[in-house]
Amino acid sequence: MGNEYRIALAGNPNTGKSTLFNALTGLRQHTGNWAGKTVSLAQGSVSFKNKTLHFIDLPGTYSLFSNSKDEEVARNYIVFEKPDVTLVVLDATSLERNFNLALQVLEMTKNVIVCINLIDEAEKQGIRINERLLMNRMGVPVVKISARNKQGFPVLLDTIDRIVTGEIECHPTQMQYSPEIEAQIGKIEPKVREVVGDRISARWISLRLLDGDEALLTELAKRFVPEGVSG
Amino acid sequence: MAQPNIIKLANGQKGNLIKITSINLDGVMRRRLLDLGFVTGAVVEVVRKSPLGDPIAFRVAQTTIALRKEESEKMEGELVANGE
Ligand SMILES: Nc1nc2c(ncn2[C@@H]2O[C@H](COP(=O)(O)OP(=O)(O)O)[C@@H](O)[C@H]2O)c(=O)[nH]1
Ligand SMILES: [Mg+2]
Repeated sequence: MGNEYRIALAGNPNTGKSTLFNALTGLRQHTGNWAGKTVSLAQGSVSFKNKTLHFIDLPGTYSLFSNSKDEEVARNYIVFEKPDVTLVVLDATSLERNFNLALQVLEMTKNVIVCINLIDEAEKQGIRINERLLMNRMGVPVVKISARNKQGFPVLLDTIDRIVTGEIECHPTQMQYSPEIEAQIGKIEPKVREVVGDRISARWISLRLLDGDEALLTELAKRFVPEGVSG
Repeated sequence: MAQPNIIKLANGQKGNLIKITSINLDGVMRRRLLDLGFVTGAVVEVVRKSPLGDPIAFRVAQTTIALRKEESEKMEGELVANGE
């Protein structure tokens, strides 16, 4: 069982997540509840290089600040269920809009692949994308695909494989904030790390707490009840 | 030296290009607008205005988004082109 991995698909609505998910997993799909929640997410598996990759199709959202149930589900999955890799699927013809979510994911978790889909459509529109430049700026692999034409899948699967084997290490670029905010993060972050350890990005939690994210605080309280304290 | 012409997004006319300079909203409403692409420095275009000015449709980050007046009134920007 040591070589089973979970790969979450995140992205704005209509970026082709389900098309990618279906093309990759074909009929090997089911919907599963997770963590005792009533939310069900489509899951499907792919065999690749003696590994089983379980893909999870998260709800499409423009943001992950849990302003809606869908955002909360996607965010909690990425942060608390800790998939081995999070694939952020972007629409190549609408990158400006799509990068908002991509940058949020880079703050939340380490193993991220930015997957630029609809590359066929972008080419038709004369849009050229320099994935090397994006890779350098974002600190994680960037792969161009066309889910509809099943183009780019070998490179995508290979990139996933190299992340789970540790051959590729991701260093997601962290947004720098104003000196005042960075100073506040500096105060909160060590205390947050005492509670969550290295399981979750202490920087990201600190930022959310500074933003007054009460839903996250509630979620943390549920998941990190100290020993001997019952709720 | 011409002073920049700062207007409320709610007062934009069809065709205007406005570069956002301030967003005077908090909490979830602010967050939602940021996620839609209404960030300082972004240039938005007024694409349609209903007769009473509510809602107004803006072109922002490659998408058209309609905002209620209570939102567009709370954002200001520099009028960079009149359009039309
Ligand atoms: N041209 C093109 N269209 C695509 C591609 N991938 C998905 N689509 C189309 O984009 C639309 C949205 O796809 P869907 O998978 O439902 O997106 P989701 O909301 O992210 O799950 C559908 O009409 C797809 O056929 C692609 O690679 N190229
Ligand atoms: Mg879908």
